[in-house]
Parts: sequence; structure tokens; C-alpha cells
Amino acid sequence: MTDATRTSTYTHADLPGLMGLMTGDEKHGPAATSTLDVVWVLYDRVLRVSPEGRDAPGRDRFLLSKGHGPMAYYAVLAAKGFVPVEWLPGFGSYDSPLGHHPDRTLVPGAEIGSGSLGHGLPIAVGTALGLRAQGLDEPRVWTLVGDAELDEGSNHEAIAFAGPAGLDRLHTVVVDNSSARYARPGGIAARFEAAGWSALTVDGRDHEALYTAFTAPHPGRPHVVVARVEPKSA
Amino acid sequence: MDTMRDRFAPVVSRLLDEDPRVAVVLAAIGTDGFAGATRRHPDRVVDVGIREQLLIGAAAGLALTGLRPVVHTFASFLVERPFEQVKLDLGHQEAGAVLVSAAASFDWPAGGYTHMAPGDVALLDTLDGWTVHVPGHPDEAETLLRHAVAAGDDKVYVRLSVQANGQALPVDGERFRTVREGRSGVVVAVGPMLDAVLAATEGLDVTVLYATTVRPFDGAALRRATEAGGTDVVLVEPYLAGTSTAAANDALSDVPHRLLGLGVGRRELRRYGRLEEHVAAHGLDARSLRERIAGFLGAAVRV
Repeated sequence: MTDATRTSTYTHADLPGLMGLMTGDEKHGPAATSTLDVVWVLYDRVLRVSPEGRDAPGRDRFLLSKGHGPMAYYAVLAAKGFVPVEWLPGFGSYDSPLGHHPDRTLVPGAEIGSGSLGHGLPIAVGTALGLRAQGLDEPRVWTLVGDAELDEGSNHEAIAFAGPAGLDRLHTVVVDNSSARYARPGGIAARFEAAGWSALTVDGRDHEALYTAFTAPHPGRPHVVVARVEPKSA
Repeated sequence: MDTMRDRFAPVVSRLLDEDPRVAVVLAAIGTDGFAGATRRHPDRVVDVGIREQLLIGAAAGLALTGLRPVVHTFASFLVERPFEQVKLDLGHQEAGAVLVSAAASFDWPAGGYTHMAPGDVALLDTLDGWTVHVPGHPDEAETLLRHAVAAGDDKVYVRLSVQANGQALPVDGERFRTVREGRSGVVVAVGPMLDAVLAATEGLDVTVLYATTVRPFDGAALRRATEAGGTDVVLVEPYLAGTSTAAANDALSDVPHRLLGLGVGRRELRRYGRLEEHVAAHGLDARSLRERIAGFLGAAVRV
């Protein structure tokens, strides 16, 4: 098990190497890395959650809804000490807790198991409702979805409900790599805004822009950040 | 007599008052009954509108924060429409919930097939770890609802119906109950089927077991009943015929036995009308049941 002193020294520059432990390759396709900067900025600067406090009722929640290509997620969880770096090379093997889609019961710090698209945002809605019902007003709930994943009707149900319900502890980051069928430019933010969300669209590779968007105030409304990255087909 | 569903909102409203863990999640059906509870507990009674995927997903999220969600709508929309959410958001996430359905197999025949769900229990049978209560009387429904909510973080399905027996029996949320004893066969009557089964087996030399909790299936009770009652077994279920034959078969796997599964037919009837007409059309009225049970058990059953 890697000790805490060492895990705390990992930086963003170490992430490609950590991902390489899973794939045997330090070069990764856009599909694997589209979420890397978003997840890093969240875990490095935004989320109030730690390996020691991963079950604390007052922690922030991060629900990875887009469970496809979770190497970036695992690399960040390893860099932040949630899972041992030694687990990474076993990625996808029978004895490894790290699958090609994450399982919350196997991965320390993973709030949900995901892979089938369109489940994270509805569960995040329930999580925000549950925290509010218990008077836990501090924790923030984040979920990461892909732009194509937003096509799932279950997400439309969640978006349409969360705005009018005023779930201001709920946050969604859409990693937009232009992979949705029938996409309309600007349509993602417009769809959320029409449902009463606060929405910002930023460069998904620009850490300062991401941080600023992630921490923008949005009183009384849920908040979405559309993080645009290079197209999947590029 | 009031219906099982008439008991649902009052019982669960009291549980909301008593237990800060309890939350109710609705999808625009059954909201009127919770008007008072919504005023008292605005954050723990949630109506997500006509959004059944969100209904289950949100319930899972509530459970992951430590609450005990009670989720209600018609069986078709509760189990069938959001089935992947039931499988993944509850099962795969290891999040518990109490799903409480109404409309059963064909409680509203005039409403047609869109509001019928004879396959709900069979569908849940493809998943692991569900407790399934099928009360046969409003009093039993009340008891089983309380059991369901109190069952820690278990995944529990409570199937409410307007079909009911005339008298309630004591139910414990676990075991089958012996209602009648005989030597030439064992008939398991599930929930609202008991009155018809008792009428159908009047004067026959059979043991009648009453099942209101069908999952886990009380195989030990069936096994014990067959020791005196013989290993010819008839299951009479108010949902898809044969739903519990695999469970009964497992209970008797090491003894020679015969099994007949009676219930709602698979073929879509495409008829409206009244409940009794559908009961008869599926051969679940007392006269049809007597014919089929006696026919299966043979001459020895007649005393």
C-alpha cells in the first residue's frame, strides 16, 4: 500500500504515467483522456473529500456517470490516495477491483458503479435530495456525464426535475467531445438553462477556466459546466 | 372494505412521522394521500412527476445518503418501465428501497393491458436479493408494509391489489402458514388467491399453505407440508402462472414430486370489463381452480 506522504506528492504531470500503468502505453486516445483534466481539477481543488473521510456524511460526492474509459478516474483516485498505485497494472483482470467500468463496492472512493449510460445524474438528484432532507447543507454533489450520454432519456428526466426543484447543491459537468448524434452547437447549455439550471461552457483542458466555472456561485439553482474538449473523432 | 392501497398512504405517513430515515418517492400517482405528510415533511416526500426512471434513480440516491426510500406507482411503471434502474441503481449499487406497487395483474381491466403487470414478480426473480410480499388483505398489507420499511436496507417489493380475501390472517413477513391439512396433495395459495383456493379445495384431502411473502420462498414449509400431504404440489399465484415453480422445485429437488403452476396466463387477453371476468378468464375462480386442482391430483384427493 502506498503511504499517504507519497500519494500526496503526485501532480497532474504524473497522471499519464499512472494511466500508462493500466494500458502499458503512455499515449492515450481522446476517449480515455477526455475526462482527465476535469476529474483532476475537481479532486485537486474543488471536492472536499479524502481517502480517510470517504464515508463521512458531510463529504462532497462525485458520481462518475460516464463509466466508460475510467482510466483517468482511476489515475486520479490513485494520485489522491484512494486506491493504491499498485492496483493500476491489474486493470481489467479477474483479480483486479478496477474494471473497464467502475464498481462502487470494489473501488474505494467510488460513489457509484457505472457503465450503463444515464444513471449517474438521476442518482445524483436523489443524493442531493437525501442530503437536503437530513439538513446536510454543506456537501456538494457532482456528477460527470458525456455529451452523448446526455441523449439518454433518464438524464432528461433528471435535468427537467432538478431545476424547478431548486437543487442548488447539485452540479453536473458535461465532458463534450462532440460524440453525440444530432448535436446542436450550444445545445447542451441551452437545454440545462431552459430547465432552470445555471450553465457555463469552458475549455475542458484549461484548469483555471474549469476551476472558475466549477466554483461560480449559482444561488437557488443547480449548476452545469460544459467542458469542451477535442472531438472524439479528431 | 377499504383496499390495500387505501392503507398505503396513511401507514407510510405515520412511518414518516415516526422515523426520520423514511422518505417517499412518487411519480405523480398517489400524491393526494400524502398531502398532509408533504406539509409536515416537505423534504422527505418527493414527487418527481411522470418520470419513472428518475423515480428509481432518485430513490437509489436517497438510499446512498442513508435514508429509507418508499417508492410507489402502478406495477407496470414501477418494475417494468425502469427495470434497468431497478437492476443497477438499486441492485448493483447495493442501495435498498421499498417498492410498493398498485394495480397488480389486472386490477383495472377497463384500463386495458397498458396498466396490467402480471409479470412483475417473475421479472424481479431475474434479480438477486429481493424480498417480495404479496398481502391478501388490507390488514396484512399494513403489517407487511411495516415489515418492509423496517427491514434495514433490504430491497423489498410490496404488491398491493384490490383483490383480497374476506378475512385477514396473522402474517410475519417470512413464513408460509398452514391453513388446512390433508394427505393427498399440497396447494400453495398466494395472497389474494386464498379464498378461491379454500373454496376450490372444500372437501378435498389436501394441505393448503398460505403464502404472503413469496421471496425468499419458504421452501422449508413446503417441504414439511409434503411429508404428510404428499409430493403433488399446486401453486396458485395471482400473477404469471409458474412464477414460483422453480423455487418450489428447488425445495423438493431431492424427492420425486409433481408440480402444477396456476396463475395468470401469458397470452394477452385483449378484453376490458370487470376484475371477476378476468379472474375467470385466467381460470382462477373457485370453480375453475377446483377442476384443475382435482384433475391434477387425481381420484385419491376426493374424500
